[in-house]
Amino acid sequence: MDITIPVLILAIPLFMFIFLGLCGMKMSHKLAGTLGTLGMGTVLVLSYFTAFTYFFSGAPEFVNAAGERLQYMVFDQTWLQFTEKLVIKLGFLLDPISAMMLVVITTISFMVHLYSMGYMRDHHGVYEHGFQRFYAFLSLFSFSMLGLVVAPNIFQMYIFWELVGASSYLLIGFYYTKPSAVSASKKAFIVTRFADLGFLVGILVLSFYAGTFNFTELTSIPVEGIADTYQVSLSTSESVLGIFQNSAAPMFMGASVLTWALVLIFMGGMGKSAMMPLHIWLPDAMEGPTPVSALIHAATMVVAGVYLVARLFPLYLMEETSLVIITVVGALTAFYAAMVACVQVDIKRVLAFSTISQIAFMMVSLGVARPEFHHGLGYMASMFHLFTHAMFKALLFLGAGALIHAIGSNDYTAMHGLRKHMPITHITFLIGCLAIAGIIPFSGFFSKDEILSSCLGYDWMAYLWMSLVAGMTAFYMFRLYYLIFWWKEHKTPEGHHAPHDQPWTMSLPLVILAAVSCVAGFIPFGNLVTWNGHPYDFMAHFDWSVAAVSLAVALAGIGLATVMYRKENSLPEKFRKAVPALWNWCYHRFYWDELYIFITHKIIFGCICRPLAWFDRHIIDGTMDAFATITNKASDAIKPLQSGQIQMYVWYYLIGVLALGTITVLCLI
Amino acid sequence: MESVGSLIMYFIVALSMIVFSVMAVTTRKILRAATYLLFTLFAAAVVYFMLDYEFLGAVQIAVYAGGIVVLFVFAILLTSRPGDNSERLTSKSRVLGAIASVATLVVAGYALVSRCSVAFASKPDMEAPDMQSVGTALLGSGAGQYILPFEAVSVLLLACIIGGVVIARKR
Amino acid sequence: MEITAIYYLVPALIMFCCGVYGFITRKNMIAMLVSLELMLNAVDINFVVFNRFLYPEQMEGMFFTLFAIAIAAAETALAIAIIINIFRAAKNIDVRSLNEMKF
Repeated sequence: MDITIPVLILAIPLFMFIFLGLCGMKMSHKLAGTLGTLGMGTVLVLSYFTAFTYFFSGAPEFVNAAGERLQYMVFDQTWLQFTEKLVIKLGFLLDPISAMMLVVITTISFMVHLYSMGYMRDHHGVYEHGFQRFYAFLSLFSFSMLGLVVAPNIFQMYIFWELVGASSYLLIGFYYTKPSAVSASKKAFIVTRFADLGFLVGILVLSFYAGTFNFTELTSIPVEGIADTYQVSLSTSESVLGIFQNSAAPMFMGASVLTWALVLIFMGGMGKSAMMPLHIWLPDAMEGPTPVSALIHAATMVVAGVYLVARLFPLYLMEETSLVIITVVGALTAFYAAMVACVQVDIKRVLAFSTISQIAFMMVSLGVARPEFHHGLGYMASMFHLFTHAMFKALLFLGAGALIHAIGSNDYTAMHGLRKHMPITHITFLIGCLAIAGIIPFSGFFSKDEILSSCLGYDWMAYLWMSLVAGMTAFYMFRLYYLIFWWKEHKTPEGHHAPHDQPWTMSLPLVILAAVSCVAGFIPFGNLVTWNGHPYDFMAHFDWSVAAVSLAVALAGIGLATVMYRKENSLPEKFRKAVPALWNWCYHRFYWDELYIFITHKIIFGCICRPLAWFDRHIIDGTMDAFATITNKASDAIKPLQSGQIQMYVWYYLIGVLALGTITVLCLI
Repeated sequence: MESVGSLIMYFIVALSMIVFSVMAVTTRKILRAATYLLFTLFAAAVVYFMLDYEFLGAVQIAVYAGGIVVLFVFAILLTSRPGDNSERLTSKSRVLGAIASVATLVVAGYALVSRCSVAFASKPDMEAPDMQSVGTALLGSGAGQYILPFEAVSVLLLACIIGGVVIARKR
Repeated sequence: MEITAIYYLVPALIMFCCGVYGFITRKNMIAMLVSLELMLNAVDINFVVFNRFLYPEQMEGMFFTLFAIAIAAAETALAIAIIINIFRAAKNIDVRSLNEMKF
């Protein structure tokens, strides 16, 4: 495969970032936005072409005779060579999940680019301040995210991982004059930074013992006869595992080094993917512009953690413990986020917690995947859900953005009954809700059903738990839907225009994404993405009993939402009165933020930082001040000697010379 | 033994050297100080002649008396107004200067008279170095010859000319 | 009576002390320069005298004096250029007024 197109996929967004960042303020808003969108459109076409070539060309480096998909290293360039063994490379690895992610990222990114042309201006068509900067940052984000997914080694992934973190920080803090946005961006950066510490340590531990950064060496074996082509295999992981199990690799606190490495790496994924207890940054990240939330905090960046685990999946398979940890964390997070989402007022917060919950679904799905059960169905389901979720969650966020743009508020209390005023938004939002709730034939049904099937294959407790969460998902999404579009008649405040549908730049992405959400479930995903590339026709193994149960659960959730929120009534209030403690805990997100503030402010700041600050101010600074004072005093005392009178200098000099001369004459000669 | 003539000559020269240097630093008129300096320099030139270094004496007269003192005179005329007496010396600075010079005299004189036996060496017989040997030594590049310092001094003088022009030129 | 080296060295020493006195007491910069020349000449005489009385067959002392004279000429020329410049700026050449470089 020619390397021009892969290089261009990475180079165009980077170029757009530099170009718009440097020259953006010199050009008009419209030109900058158009250029950014056109650049992203080009990348979209190139990525589609690449993914299409990979999946359907049937070239020997992409698929072998048995129909199994292979990993193909398009290029792998040495970037930093520290020593013989310690080499950091930059490259482009094409395999099922990276090809799929190319499609997801460029699709959502392009939609968001297009949508922002309409969103980032007020009702009079005046563009927002910093519009060009916004597009530059969007390009930077796209570049970083694309670099992350195609990374052929874990260090490149880490570099781009940090870059997406940085661009997320920049975009959350886009309205940098707003204190809440500034603190939200700092919070996101610090929390993910904290998690990335674990990630980095994990990388170092893993690569120290395995002796390589390359995914292809960690998880796959080279295919004989075809250069740069690899096949995912358990046997290399076993040889890697052998390295970890020899005597040189010690145990640490009762767990093997490999377990530690994998859990630490997963900690990085927890930070990025907002798993409990590192989820606290994601709801606050909604301070950023809504298209950013759609792109970064719903569809692409937050699934990087899932992607990371998927990337190292053969290694995780070697360590049962780490998979159990992933499952437990995912299951708890999914339930927690669903609980919180049921009572939030801010529509973006509801969507944020829903995102956390859905990503947790993907995590659980990876955690329960086993090669013995339907060729690792969970892995496929997780990637499938990642794909469909990206589409419908971006759709929901963009729809929410349209509502916020029309109403000027994030609260559903200001919306109520908008269905007649904004028909396009209404229909597309409804499609998104149906998709996420898992109603046949929308895309979410299929992916969620696969997840539940694989849970059932693992353990019935997991299946029941996740089914419950799925029902809650349906409930809170339809609660949101009814509260926005039904509940009661919309009353426009005096002196305001009635809310209306948006310009085509905003409607078009909504319609496209809605269409994708309708049909994406019918993609034969098992033929495209499985953990070892082996095709798996899941429709042939489709478990209709599981499907019926999950459909029933979803319908129950929707039914409950319909009863409670279809029309204005007192049921929600009664519910609130009935279980006030539960309601309060959910409303305050189980007081996680307060817990963090207590730990950081009271314990860390109070007990550690304050004595340190005292020591710094009084002991260290005091010593330095004393030095300065002594020097100052001394120099003041001897200052008059420097009178500037040259004859005095000569006199002093002569005295010295005479003294020396006297000594010489009397003692030496 | 010296001839009576050269003895008389010596005493005249030594006396004028001492007297004129004392007057050069004590007179209040700056132009007179320059003139007394000229006389002192002449006396030094005569000392060189008496020690058979005719070339050196000629250089002393030509460069010092002819060049430097003229420079002094020009500078004095450029920087002082007519009838401009030098300021009265304060007693403090006079005391400081006297202490310094007397101390120097005592220390160096003591060393010279009581600790330095070679100071009483008598004058050896010697042909005066003729001009040819002086010239050869000055422009030769062998051992004990001085072409390198000669060239260095020529560069120094050039730099000094340029520096003088740059410093003194009106801006 | 024989004229030994000391007969030349003592007047030179007195000349040097006069230079020291003048350099410390005089406030006019040209007068200071005159004192400097006195000291320089005293040293020159010392070189020549020691050369003549102790190592008559060599010429080091004489050449040292020769170069000292050349350098003194250069130094004087530069010093006078500086003094004239100072005079233009400060309207006098009193060394006490030149204490800008103190602390």
